Amino acid sequence: MSRSLKKGPYVHYKLEKRVIEAQESQKKGTIKTWSRASMITPDFVGLTIAVHNGNKFIPVYVSENMVGHKLGEFAPTRIFRGHAGSKDKGRK
Amino acid sequence: MARIAGIDLPRNKRGEIGLTYIFGIGRSTAQDILDELGISYDKKVNEWNDAELADIREKVGQLKIEGQLRSEVQMNIKRLMDIGCYRGIRHRIGLPLRGQNTKNNARTRKGRRKTVANKKKVTK
Repeated sequence: MSRSLKKGPYVHYKLEKRVIEAQESQKKGTIKTWSRASMITPDFVGLTIAVHNGNKFIPVYVSENMVGHKLGEFAPTRIFRGHAGSKDKGRK
Repeated sequence: MARIAGIDLPRNKRGEIGLTYIFGIGRSTAQDILDELGISYDKKVNEWNDAELADIREKVGQLKIEGQLRSEVQMNIKRLMDIGCYRGIRHRIGLPLRGQNTKNNARTRKGRRKTVANKKKVTK
């Protein structure tokens, strides 16, 4: 079921604050966050967000097309390195 | 006889079913069209007269169908792949997108079974 429109998109309150600050002060550095469930709002566009994947932070450069997706969608939590004995093992 | 939206001509089928041969028209859309025009679902495609056919053509013309719809779907998939989100990655590697199990099954996405030779040999 999708989220009630009444509530608006979910963005972690601290992250939202950081994003707005960063946009006002003309982009500096990346913003680290663990909040993978936060929706990307138009405020995010142009920023680089370091999204935690459970192990490390994956830098995500937010483009216009990403609005409406959640941050976690861009930081995969599993890395598939191929099956044992297959030729193209260990490719990215 | 009936040629709607380019290349589609079912015929000998009930109108409701015949219309679903057009990509982008399913049972309910077909029923909506026929309802609006007051044509019975049971009327066969080759029983439609010219006036009815023209009406149906007009209604179908208002919908996004066939090539246009296919390209829209492809564009949506391409967008997902370009932004590198989870669903896009799954599209790229041809696995299911919505969290289904892939240990077994998932054959629609994965295609025919690719058997891997059993490498272990019993040495005694």
